[in-house]
Amino acid sequence: MQFELLATAAKMALMLGIFILGVAPIMLWVERRMSAFMQDRPGPNRLGPLGLVQGVADAVKFMFKEDVTPAGADKPLYLMAPALALIPALSTYVVIPFGPDLTVSGKTIPLIVSTGGAGVLIFLALSSLGVYSLITAGYASDNKFSLLGGIRAAAQLISYELALTVAVLAALIPAGSFYLPDVVAYQQKHVWMVIPQAIGFLVFLIAMFAETNRLPFDLPEAESELIAGFHTEYGAMRFATFFMGEYISMTALSMLCVTLYFGGWTLPWVHLTGWLGAIVGLAALFGKVSLFMLFYVWVRWTFPRFRYDQLMRLGWKVLLPLAILNLLAVAVATLAGWFPGVG
Amino acid sequence: METAIFLIFAALALGSALMVVTHKSPVYATMSLVVTLFSLAVMFVLLGAPFIGALQVLVYAGAIVVLFLFVLMLLNISKEEHQQEGQTVHRWVALLGAGAFVGLVVPLLYRATQPRNAGALTEQFVSIREFARDLFTRYLLQFEIVGLLLLVAVVAATVVARKPPAAPSGAPGADSPVSEVEP
Repeated sequence: MQFELLATAAKMALMLGIFILGVAPIMLWVERRMSAFMQDRPGPNRLGPLGLVQGVADAVKFMFKEDVTPAGADKPLYLMAPALALIPALSTYVVIPFGPDLTVSGKTIPLIVSTGGAGVLIFLALSSLGVYSLITAGYASDNKFSLLGGIRAAAQLISYELALTVAVLAALIPAGSFYLPDVVAYQQKHVWMVIPQAIGFLVFLIAMFAETNRLPFDLPEAESELIAGFHTEYGAMRFATFFMGEYISMTALSMLCVTLYFGGWTLPWVHLTGWLGAIVGLAALFGKVSLFMLFYVWVRWTFPRFRYDQLMRLGWKVLLPLAILNLLAVAVATLAGWFPGVG
Repeated sequence: METAIFLIFAALALGSALMVVTHKSPVYATMSLVVTLFSLAVMFVLLGAPFIGALQVLVYAGAIVVLFLFVLMLLNISKEEHQQEGQTVHRWVALLGAGAFVGLVVPLLYRATQPRNAGALTEQFVSIREFARDLFTRYLLQFEIVGLLLLVAVVAATVVARKPPAAPSGAPGADSPVSEVEP
């Protein structure tokens, strides 16, 4: 019991440390430097080698800035909203596997924090709670632009969550399990799911951008029409918390995407076990997730923003039917035995 | 440890449920409802049914209550404004509903405490696979009926909500048949 608790705590610390807390400052730097590169300008390059320490300076600045609450704000909700952005995003990673089973002093430790059978459903349930931070922030700020942002966020997230969930379900069918290590094992044994389910992956990818409010779907905060949308009235560390929440949910969804469609922590034709396998697995997962994070930035600085009606039309009339068709096709194909290893 | 988690979330569920019915601001009441639903989901997980728990959060807290909030914000119901002093009819209807609810719950509680009904939870009972199999074989009819009910509700909502078509002169206005709902 004691041993298991300790192991779980260690796994949580590892995942939190590497993927979650490391990601915000690094991504801040990556995003600025990469956007600068794409726009042919230097970007922040003064502080430290290549400007790497800039993120630290920004964090310190945010912490010491005055924290202003608007006079008309609904104070408890206003103060709660940034925390609501962070908590669901921070907890979703528990169902992501990050390596093969380890054996330490005669005990087997699966390299995943939560071994419960509901697996990916826990991820979806927790990430669906993230929308409350946007809504409460919009409502509590006592600002019409914030309110509009909050309303947009509510509509957008619900619309795209449907398509996302249906795409995820289709990806689970061949492995026949909600438990993500089973999905990874299936992919390692047979084929990465992105190949038979390219359409499902496409739906997931698009919905992923909408779920994290990233361009081209950042309608809740569209600066040219809503100033900054739901976080217009937030400053200092509270604003930074929204930012961190966004980066962390980007990481979480990238992890889910990699796990469902790109073999998770496994590498093709590589079968390592023990500590070496764990380290390589973690590195592989990190590498794949990093590629997706770069993709996020790349898309952000490439595509213009959607119009709001286009966004809703895409979600309901294109993505959702596509996701359902994909689900049906996968179900039929699985029943017909076209997927390898399904009997 | 499980007892501690149970006690914490039981208290949270009861407290927030109380907030839902007593708080003056509709937004706070709705947010309390989220806490209630989440606490109940934790109960399901403690009972060994993580599937139900996850669905509870995913469907109710993650989608339905968001819609409640969405409507509240769209209508911009300001704080404490809609505190109508209850009309007597409302009170009687509410009392009747509460009485009917108690009448449903008490026999269930009684049944649940009878030792012969309180079988232990088995692996089979809580496994998602078995659950799905039961749903699509033994309870197929009920499942389909619920599905049909939801479909009817969706169609009805569409009919109620859509704008009357921009009628060409002389054509009937708002109450054209359902089949013309846009594809």
